[in-house]
Amino acid sequence: MDILDILISASFWTAAIRIASPLIFAALGELICERAGVLNLGIEGIMVVGAFAGWLTVYLGGDLWFGVAVAMLSGMAFGLLHAVLTVPFGLSQHVVGLGITLLATSLTYYCYRLALPSVTSPPKIEAFQPYEIPVLSDLPLVGPALFSQTPLTYLAFVMVALVSVTLYRTPLGLALRAAGENPAAVEAQGLSVTKIRIGAVMVGSGFMAVGGAFLTMSAFNSFFFEMVNGRGWICIALVVFGSWKPGKTLLGAVLFAAFDALQIRVQQTPLGADVPYQIFLMAPYVLSILALVVMSRRAQVPAALMVPFNKGER
Amino acid sequence: MRLEPIANPTLARRFGLPALALFSTIVIASLLAMIAGADPFSVLGLILKGAFGSKFAALETLNRATPLVFTGLAVAVAFRARLWNIGAEAQLYVGAVVTVVLGTGALNWPAFALLPVLAICAMLAGALVLLVPTFLKTRFGVDEVVTTLLLNFVVLLWVSMLLEGSLKDPMGLGWPKSARLIAEARLPRMFDGLRLHWGFGLALISALVVWVIQRRTTLGYEMRAVGLNAEAARFAGIPVNAVLIKTAVLSGGFAALAGFSEVAGLKGTLTLDISPGFGYTGIIVAMLALLNPLGVVIAALFVAGIFVGADSMSRAASVPTYLADIMLAFALLLMVLAIMLTKFRVRRS
Repeated sequence: MDILDILISASFWTAAIRIASPLIFAALGELICERAGVLNLGIEGIMVVGAFAGWLTVYLGGDLWFGVAVAMLSGMAFGLLHAVLTVPFGLSQHVVGLGITLLATSLTYYCYRLALPSVTSPPKIEAFQPYEIPVLSDLPLVGPALFSQTPLTYLAFVMVALVSVTLYRTPLGLALRAAGENPAAVEAQGLSVTKIRIGAVMVGSGFMAVGGAFLTMSAFNSFFFEMVNGRGWICIALVVFGSWKPGKTLLGAVLFAAFDALQIRVQQTPLGADVPYQIFLMAPYVLSILALVVMSRRAQVPAALMVPFNKGER
Repeated sequence: MRLEPIANPTLARRFGLPALALFSTIVIASLLAMIAGADPFSVLGLILKGAFGSKFAALETLNRATPLVFTGLAVAVAFRARLWNIGAEAQLYVGAVVTVVLGTGALNWPAFALLPVLAICAMLAGALVLLVPTFLKTRFGVDEVVTTLLLNFVVLLWVSMLLEGSLKDPMGLGWPKSARLIAEARLPRMFDGLRLHWGFGLALISALVVWVIQRRTTLGYEMRAVGLNAEAARFAGIPVNAVLIKTAVLSGGFAALAGFSEVAGLKGTLTLDISPGFGYTGIIVAMLALLNPLGVVIAALFVAGIFVGADSMSRAASVPTYLADIMLAFALLLMVLAIMLTKFRVRRS
């Protein structure tokens, strides 16, 4: 099969959108945190927590949407811990973020081992099924790609619009963006930078956890170790690539996912037989780095990103 | 709430709070072990016994601490200049690859000539790996946190490719591992009859070297100045980019020494699991040491003790081994908080 054949096949684009979905959730979450001025390197671990919490809830007999809610709440709990340490206490966001990732990941693995002491193959759950949107799903190419996905994918796209509108069209969004650009001005308006940032990190972490839950509840249908596998770090790159804008970040996620889906398929072609598979697996990471180089020149970093705010300090 | 600097923190504050952080970590670990069905009051004792309770255990801890000293130094050097090197894992593996490429027979020299060459080549290769993100940072303003993190994945896949390709041991029965180093490329033991290789000695020397660089040289002063305030340093005439590049060479070099020491000292061959995240754990070591190079040695021993001790404890009390990672994460977070609170008082505003 030729690369061109792959690019015009519906199954390729269906896979690309599916691969993009967890990245869209988690990158949106990171975007919300960073727009408020907090770099959240806990993302990788929070995705692991979300993946596990959602899966476990359903495995224990909970409803699928209840599982998503539990995932979100557990992500928010770790977000709260991150926010308390980095916002009012002003600790290094790098160190706390990496610490949260280690804590969230190891706690999750610990709980997994406690919950299932002796399983060899991780148990599967009845996960979200694709829902075909009437009429639209019959369209050629776009139909299967965009309108025959699972409900969580639709939710991801809705969230991009929702976050975009909230950020740019509401007073709340204005306050959040200002907290990341000019916190002193926010305080001058009588608003609390601390509260805004804590809220943003919690909500953002909830998004990240739902992104993780997508993996177990809408893609692999079970939980296993190392399943997040650097997706969180990719999302941090995607936010930079998207220049801290929801729409562009969505575009970046879909492009990245398309590339990922492409490399999997090229591995099956005659070209894939000659080239070691590791080259294909490397490609998305190399591509992310290259994208960062290209985009960094034009990127508009929130001015107060990674700058703790201590009231009364000049 | 508001943070207010404390002019003269009391001794009780300076030592009490970090001690409280450690104590809380142990309490949390004991509670988690209790959930897993173990006796919570036996946890600390079992960890200490597992880490230092016998000659074998203590040597195991020292061996485990060795790569952590190197990666801890790598992180401490870089973080001091605010170069966020999260890629020590990649630099470690590149150092290990160079050691294997040159040490399996390519250079047939006596040990006294071969070992220094292996170490230096490994360091240069590790430095090169960190120079890429550093160059992208100084030239294009690309955030090095993300690039160093992503490079970890690239390098690990590259090593996996080598181990299944050109570096694969033909006698390895299909396992993805390299050929064994020649005898001249192996680090000798430090003491007769004790399972402790010279990598540990090299780690101690490295810590001293970093301490001298930081405290007694212009470069050390410049690195601190850049870390405190890059703009002010530039204004004062310090060549910030050049300092960052030198920092990267040192940092990447020390991380690569971890790979050299693990291959030449401990394993004698390269596999894909030679580091269970030593590069990432180096960040914890460096932070617990407050980026002080001599403190890195103590912190590495502490972290290695937790790993070895918790491993043995979890086997004895059938608690999942991930308890060690949980303890480290809590120790890290609580310690940075405690140290901040030794310098600042929390006031209601």
